Amino acid sequence: MTRDDAFFQFLLRMGDNTLILGHRVSEWCGHAPVLEEDIALANTALDLIGQTQMWLGLAAEVQGDGKSADDLAFLRDAWDFRNVLLCEVPNGDFGRTLMRQFLFDAWHSIQLGRLMKSSDERVAAIAEKASKEVAYHLERSADTVVGLGDGTEESHRRMQEALDYLWPYVGEMFQSDDVDAEMVKAGIAPDPASLREEYDVLVSRILGDATLTIPESRFAHKGGRTGAMHTEHLGHLLTQMQWLQRAYPGAKW
Amino acid sequence: MSQVTTQPSITQVWDWLDAVPDPEIPVISLVDLGIIRDVAWEGETLVVTVTPTYSGCPATSVIAMDIETALRDRGIQALKLKTQISPAWTTDWLTEKGRTKLEDYGIAPPQPAGGPEKCPHCGSPHVTKVSQFGSTPCKAHWRCQDCLEPFDYFKCI
Repeated sequence: MTRDDAFFQFLLRMGDNTLILGHRVSEWCGHAPVLEEDIALANTALDLIGQTQMWLGLAAEVQGDGKSADDLAFLRDAWDFRNVLLCEVPNGDFGRTLMRQFLFDAWHSIQLGRLMKSSDERVAAIAEKASKEVAYHLERSADTVVGLGDGTEESHRRMQEALDYLWPYVGEMFQSDDVDAEMVKAGIAPDPASLREEYDVLVSRILGDATLTIPESRFAHKGGRTGAMHTEHLGHLLTQMQWLQRAYPGAKW
Repeated sequence: MSQVTTQPSITQVWDWLDAVPDPEIPVISLVDLGIIRDVAWEGETLVVTVTPTYSGCPATSVIAMDIETALRDRGIQALKLKTQISPAWTTDWLTEKGRTKLEDYGIAPPQPAGGPEKCPHCGSPHVTKVSQFGSTPCKAHWRCQDCLEPFDYFKCI
């Protein structure tokens, strides 16, 4: 694997995470429990999709095939996506959506903090921009997880169920492979495993405040960030997200 | 033979840009918003450097179009818009004039403390957050506990 191949894969991982999660969150538009939450979810989705344009835009530039961020978003099939599985699992109820957001935001904020020191100044610039938005996402998702976890009997039960369901998807964010080794060597990105300690401290504190219990098992579903095996949910998501460009190739807004 | 130049001055261009309203919050200009980072002549080409507010803000492409239209209307032929994402946009770049106009319009200007100083309608300091997000990516939703009016707060980032 050349350095540019690895760099391209790394950028797809960043951009596909924000793209797929952004799309998932946007599915709430018009359906959230209250208007304020609807707006908050739509805003979060918008930030994530905006960040996708930057990551996939740079990925296309590094790839050098004359493709655009849109080509990468709309014309790849499921096996070419490099997002972690956590981002593609269905929304479930509002509680599970916010729990997923929190588990992702916590990783995302730590990752972007490290990427701000990237040896590649384009990566550092995107991280600097995105980290401001993500700090805000994390503040909200953490507050909501605490509010619902330490809320009514029903909201507590649902949040614990959400955590139990999502926890096995957390480990994938910290798995390292050849791509990561290449990125570490080039000083572009940190080793994912090196983020785990900080993540555990942050997540334990918030989930503790939320009176929720972190499952003991460290079993982790994997295959998303390497593309080896996505869940069956990703293909269904793509049929919605990519429909227009598939049916009307090259259609412009 | 000396060339007769008709290039408008940089100050003139800044004035023109200060007359272009923000598409979402038309009471302030693009210059007030702090997103115009630089205006420079590179030979015959006018280069305007713009920093986006939020990555996904739908107004970004409209802003680019508005700048282009405004400057073309003033006779600028060769124009280049440059997007610069670092340093990232911050609400510290809002002008004083912009902050005053926001408040007059009913939008509380950003405060480093993280919340509005007072209700933009009645001036009461008793305000409460309704939602961290508002009608556009750059705003949050607050309410006054005295006059009970809801209002937008320009988030501090």
